[in-house]
Amino acid sequence: MKLYEKSAAELSLLLKKSEVSSVEIVQSFIDRIDRVEPQIKAFVSYTPESALVMARFIDDKRMRGEEQHPLAGIPVAVKDNICTEGIRTTCSSRILENFIPPYDAAVIESLKKAGMPLLGKTNLDEFAMGSSTENSAFHATRNPWNPDMVPGGSSGGSAAAVASAMVPLALGSDTGGSVRQPASFCGITGLRPTYGRVSRYGLIAFASSLDQIGPFSTTALDNALLLSVISGYDLRDSTSLPNSVPEFHSDLEIDCKNLRIGLIRQDPSDGFDPEVIAAVKKQAAFLGDAGAEIEEISLSMIDCGLGAYYLIAPSEASSNLGRYDGVRYGLCIEGEDIESMFSDTRGRGFGPEVKRRIIIGTYALSAGYYDAYYLQAMKVRTLIRREYEEAFKKYDLLLGATTPTPAFKLGEKVDDPLQMYLSDICNLNDALAGIPSLSVPSGIHSTGLPMGIQLSAPPLQEGTLLKIAHFLEQRNENHPKRPGIQLTEEGSA
Amino acid sequence: MHYETIIGLEIHLELQTSSKLFCGCSTSFGQEANTNCCPVCLGLPGTLPVFNKRAIELAVTAALALNSDIQLQSRFDRKNYYYPDLPKAYQISQYEQPLAKGGYLEVEFESGLRRINLERVHLEEEAGKLIHAGDSIFGADYSLVDYNRTGIPLLEIVTAPDIRSGSEARKFLETLRSILLYSGASDCKMEEGSLRCDANISLRPVGSQGYGVKAEVKNMNSFRAVETALYYEAKRQEKILAGGGTVIQQTCHWDEAEKITIPIRSKEGSSDYRYFPEPDLLPLTLDKDFISRIAESLPEMPGKRRARMAEHYGLGESELDIFIENRPLADFFEAAAEKYDDYKNLANWVQGDFLYQLRENDKKPEEIKPELFVELLTLLEKGQINRPVAKELLAEMIQNGSSPKELVEEKGLGRIAGGEKLIPLIEQVIAENPDAVENYRQGKEKAITFLVGRVMALTKGRADPGELNKLLREKISQQ
Repeated sequence: MKLYEKSAAELSLLLKKSEVSSVEIVQSFIDRIDRVEPQIKAFVSYTPESALVMARFIDDKRMRGEEQHPLAGIPVAVKDNICTEGIRTTCSSRILENFIPPYDAAVIESLKKAGMPLLGKTNLDEFAMGSSTENSAFHATRNPWNPDMVPGGSSGGSAAAVASAMVPLALGSDTGGSVRQPASFCGITGLRPTYGRVSRYGLIAFASSLDQIGPFSTTALDNALLLSVISGYDLRDSTSLPNSVPEFHSDLEIDCKNLRIGLIRQDPSDGFDPEVIAAVKKQAAFLGDAGAEIEEISLSMIDCGLGAYYLIAPSEASSNLGRYDGVRYGLCIEGEDIESMFSDTRGRGFGPEVKRRIIIGTYALSAGYYDAYYLQAMKVRTLIRREYEEAFKKYDLLLGATTPTPAFKLGEKVDDPLQMYLSDICNLNDALAGIPSLSVPSGIHSTGLPMGIQLSAPPLQEGTLLKIAHFLEQRNENHPKRPGIQLTEEGSA
Repeated sequence: MHYETIIGLEIHLELQTSSKLFCGCSTSFGQEANTNCCPVCLGLPGTLPVFNKRAIELAVTAALALNSDIQLQSRFDRKNYYYPDLPKAYQISQYEQPLAKGGYLEVEFESGLRRINLERVHLEEEAGKLIHAGDSIFGADYSLVDYNRTGIPLLEIVTAPDIRSGSEARKFLETLRSILLYSGASDCKMEEGSLRCDANISLRPVGSQGYGVKAEVKNMNSFRAVETALYYEAKRQEKILAGGGTVIQQTCHWDEAEKITIPIRSKEGSSDYRYFPEPDLLPLTLDKDFISRIAESLPEMPGKRRARMAEHYGLGESELDIFIENRPLADFFEAAAEKYDDYKNLANWVQGDFLYQLRENDKKPEEIKPELFVELLTLLEKGQINRPVAKELLAEMIQNGSSPKELVEEKGLGRIAGGEKLIPLIEQVIAENPDAVENYRQGKEKAITFLVGRVMALTKGRADPGELNKLLREKISQQ
């Protein structure tokens, strides 16, 4: 087995036993990237040199016998909307094409502190707006299971990089499903933590009240390890939670006997693929067999999430993206006067989806429309939160499909924004409620594409989600964690 | 027809914190452009605001001093607009739920004491500063931006339309300023922009109740400018109305050089700021203890203090003016007055030599121990030192904080008095300066001053000039 095929936890063990060095591990992933990346196009910026520097540093420390974090020396990739000091951070947008932040995001500081070499910055839908990673200003990323398919989005670059074994771990950001949906499409595990669990400092804002950074991995254990690294209170983020952070990875065993699980009713008549539903039921059956109490439930607010989300997120985005005006950094198109400079810079700097959402948001916040749209959406959001609170009085967690269908074709929905928005339908409500939510692979569709299920828990119960994911992983030994067919060693199909 | 002027003011006040509202950058004035900046106050992508607790304390202090009702729960909103000096393209401000509602000031107008009501007091962040090439905002080839000011905490105070003239506006602002200075919330320096004022002004026929169409006047850089601008604008509107015209709602720029208001934009296309709750900050929740702790630490407000000081110490108007303007000086006076009851004399010294020496030595009243000052005045009163020595000791006391009593002993500065010590010296001076003595005899009064000076020099300033003068005249006439 090649090093790059191993999980982070396995690599960590090899490092601990001094059977390999961090440099060897990082080099193995570099070689893999060199072969696979031309086909997948998961990265926007690639930083092998600095990753090797960090790897050498970690190896030296290990030689000196210094205490190390379990993930020290294990490489990682980070979505390109997370600021990295001295490394271009673009949000896959023309407007930030040459923006080099003078600071690290809080999560980057944490990765550095843990000693994790950064292999690169991954592609995304421009400013994290989209569900396919086709809205990148630079290039589309492809699904490692089938290069004709999208990897999902907006964190498609991170998901594809992990799924194709170019990195063992990656960070994405989830505003309305942008970690979970691509995790599902790429057959890996992706977690959206509780809002406030991970500092947003240095995450370039799309919709501030929804954005949350989350880990991608091939196993629940790896996910737990990375979550432990990035979680915790940060005084630079006022919405950061002061709660202490458990060592999520230290105990992943769970006794299903005491679990009450609400199985969200999802119907073919609502556009859910029957195989997707069957896969969910199969996972539920594993849990039921182990003694969990499973009950079907219908969430009455589930259909309201989409409308509320597509008012709140663009409203905040319209405000957050106002700062890109060409005055201080990023693209600047000089003009006759200040108005033409602002409008030409923004006109050329932003892609169509970003403009669409800025316009929706500007409209929804305008005097005279605020009450009818933004305020109404906020009320719906409150109702959604309450519905979850009620549900969690009865159930320890909720279970359903992550996406109604497996990955769709590149270009298939790119001209139909509404269809595109619908691919996140299962993910939006959790985001609006601020609760933790995780996607774990549930099997392979007859088309050969992976499917995922989504588990949601009350605030701060990421531990429960990871334990269930770990449990299901053990039951799913048969299905491959990596796409085996499309990606050959040579990297061409 | 006679018209009545209706004025409401919006005052912006920079709070006297050492760091900015949402980050740790310095707020000090006059630094090199763009040196007091960090990613947060520049609104770089990914950065987030964090409250400065001191700014909230000072805002609550100021609001309490203005009798405004502090809200236990307030909220920050984003006010969205584009301007090159606004790094995030929104200003974090308070809109729906301000820090404090209502409030009032008692202002002594010529017509008598009247209450001017406040609508609200809220916190927001300051924007940067544009520096235009050329003389003015109009027709500049280019403009540069200094972001040092960005993010300095601002308190916005909005009055009800209770003000009736330019001079009332000025008097109101003077009263407001002295209260805010007293509260310690701001240094209120209009010339440094830490206190700024915009005015809404409209006219209505005397006796009517509604409001006329208003104009907003901006860019008034002194209290005098506020007064002049508002008189000008009222006159302008009166002419329009008297001629049967209608005033249009617009924003005007006060041109200080020309003494006219210049319309800069019509309000018809009024900005839509698209306010919404700031998602990067939690709502601001204040507990009652926090507010009452600040309320207890509030100093006595200037109006009350003036009345009390007039009554208790019997001070005159001009002394009161100085003390009310300068709170630390008044505090010093009162501390000294606890141990020294010739208030009149004390006030003379405090506002005279004491204040002069403070300024000479760049010191603040709070740096000086009132006991030492009382010690000095007592030495003088008991005749143990003379006035010139007292002044010398005062200077040393202010420079080094040394005790006048100890200085007198150390340096032997005790007063030289009485004929037996002075007469030999007088005789010596008379003998050495026959010309001056002759001049005096011929009626030149100045000559005696010269001779007194010579003797003073011999005593190293320790004699009493009055006594010397008398003895010297006696001696010369005896000869």
